Amino acid sequence: MALVEIENLHLAIRAFEGEAQVLAGVDLAIERGEIWGLVGETGCGKSLTGLSISRLVSSPPARYPKGAIRFDGRDILAADEAEMRKLRGRRIGMIFQDPTTNLNPAFRVGEQMIDVALHAARVDASVLGLDAKASARARRAAARALAVRLLERVGVARAAERVDDYPHQFSGGMRQRVLIAMALIGKPDLLIADEPTTALDVSVQAQILKLLHELAREQGLAILLITHNLGVVAQIASHVAVMYAGRVVERGAARAVLKAPAHPYTQALIASLPRAGAARGSLVGIPGVVPNLFSPPAGCRFAPRCPLAVARCGEAPPLEAAGAAREVACWRAERAA
Amino acid sequence: MLRYAIRRILLLAPVLVGLSIIVFAIARLLPGDPVQLAAGPQATKEEIASLSRELGLDRPLLTQYWSYVTGLVAGDWGQSILTRRPVWEDLRIYLPATLELVVVAMGIAIAVGMPAGLVSAAYANRWPDYLSRVLALGAISAPRFFLGLVMQLVFAMWLAWLPLGGRFPIVDIPPPAVTGFLTLDALIARDGGAFWLALKHLAMPALALSLSPLATITRMMRASTLEAMTQDYVLTARALGLSRRLILFKYVAKNAASATLTVIGLYFGWLLAGTVLVETVFDWPGVGLYATKAIATQDFMPLMGVTLICGALFTLVNLVVDLAYGLINPKARYA
Repeated sequence: MALVEIENLHLAIRAFEGEAQVLAGVDLAIERGEIWGLVGETGCGKSLTGLSISRLVSSPPARYPKGAIRFDGRDILAADEAEMRKLRGRRIGMIFQDPTTNLNPAFRVGEQMIDVALHAARVDASVLGLDAKASARARRAAARALAVRLLERVGVARAAERVDDYPHQFSGGMRQRVLIAMALIGKPDLLIADEPTTALDVSVQAQILKLLHELAREQGLAILLITHNLGVVAQIASHVAVMYAGRVVERGAARAVLKAPAHPYTQALIASLPRAGAARGSLVGIPGVVPNLFSPPAGCRFAPRCPLAVARCGEAPPLEAAGAAREVACWRAERAA
Repeated sequence: MLRYAIRRILLLAPVLVGLSIIVFAIARLLPGDPVQLAAGPQATKEEIASLSRELGLDRPLLTQYWSYVTGLVAGDWGQSILTRRPVWEDLRIYLPATLELVVVAMGIAIAVGMPAGLVSAAYANRWPDYLSRVLALGAISAPRFFLGLVMQLVFAMWLAWLPLGGRFPIVDIPPPAVTGFLTLDALIARDGGAFWLALKHLAMPALALSLSPLATITRMMRASTLEAMTQDYVLTARALGLSRRLILFKYVAKNAASATLTVIGLYFGWLLAGTVLVETVFDWPGVGLYATKAIATQDFMPLMGVTLICGALFTLVNLVVDLAYGLINPKARYA
């Protein structure tokens, strides 16, 4: 059984204009130790997929009309807030895009990490290595020591002193490291990283990705890396899922998908990457616009923009195996490996 | 933090100098010749001239200002025509009364307003929120003297729980003055009866004075809490399992409080100068009442004294707010 299983997940959000069908068939299965890149353009539902795993999409206005999310066998969509809180911070860690706004500016970073550690330890006392009867002071001291260890692990120099610094005393890249340490302090099995490097400059980006890669390998941590940047996926992901307008259209081993994309959308996405050395004016986009999610096209949602579309595309294609290491949702995709 | 504090305190000096210049200038610019007023209606030109020399009013303005300022520093704040006592002596009696009133009123406003604003935001658009918003609107809209009168009618006349006005019964002996705050002095003297009496006199005027800052603080706190709750760090805290209560009362509250703090400082100063109505209604022997009587009798030296002391306290309170702001918001210390 996979650590995370998302099956045919549908998510609708009520808004002024009606109900937007923002997710309409997300399928994912993440095993321990795997790094999944979840890619797609802005608004395709990749962030909402990540937030749904932790049930952080407020419902109402959102509802899940169809599908299932299972975390370690547990039915997430049926879980209440108290059950979810036991998973958050302890089994599931999350980091987000902008490290400057995701740390609370009014508190020392250590204080924020200690609160997460204490929460995780209430769920599972082994996080701090103390038994459940330990005094509040002992638990706090252990949480602080753990915070220092994690800051060291993510590469914050002089961690024992810096644990008492405020967020504004760290650079952007260092803040993202602090946030990673904070997300990992409860020893989670899954780290959901939503555009973790988008707000950072390129050299810092590479360091953060390398760190995530090491952590996944060392601790058997599964990572769901949400990004619009295929380059990021190519650097560290073992697997990739491509989303378009609320659906996973292609997924599989990163190498296979990126080298020889099977879905016309994945192909177009890869073709639109700017390349060094390419002729001036040779930027390629994808013609057409993203469908209106209040009244999405029936069948394949990419069909209106697809150069290969045929009559059959009016019927939604299922996600089916195409070769050994990949699945694709397209009637026109080559089924042979 | 120490360097930040020192810098803030040094900034106080030019403000105080400016204040003394303004007060001095106003006294010179106001219509009416103070010498004539002091000499009386029957005085001859020669008498006025000699009195003017005696008071030093014939000397250059700069010299006059200098002797005014050195006088202030030495404790010579002039003489009140009405009370026939040095202004400094009067202020030493009236100022603590006003300060006690304002401090207790602000204490009530902060102690009730900040949690009310937090809870209001946490229950946004549900009944606790509606209740606090309606009450806040009412408290802001009703004039303070009117609320004071209604309270007097209910609590003093009908229920007879509280005294109608004043600070302490004339027939009783107040506790020995140490701080000038009757409640504190009673506690220092371990006189429970006097404490209770002082508190009963303080209750209505303090409550009447607290209502409008209370309402403003509630609304400010509600708005800044709502704003803080949309911040990314709240999502991160939620995603890592922290309870809503911890997020609200620890992480959001501190951020929201720093925005509200500015309003508290402003209100504090504003109340100091704005106790006039409440002091009049409740016959509270404070600076407001002193100033009103001074205005009515064209008694200039007390007015200058009151203006100066209120201005100085206003800047002092804002210094305290700045320091508190530095405590709450670590970034401000480096600005």
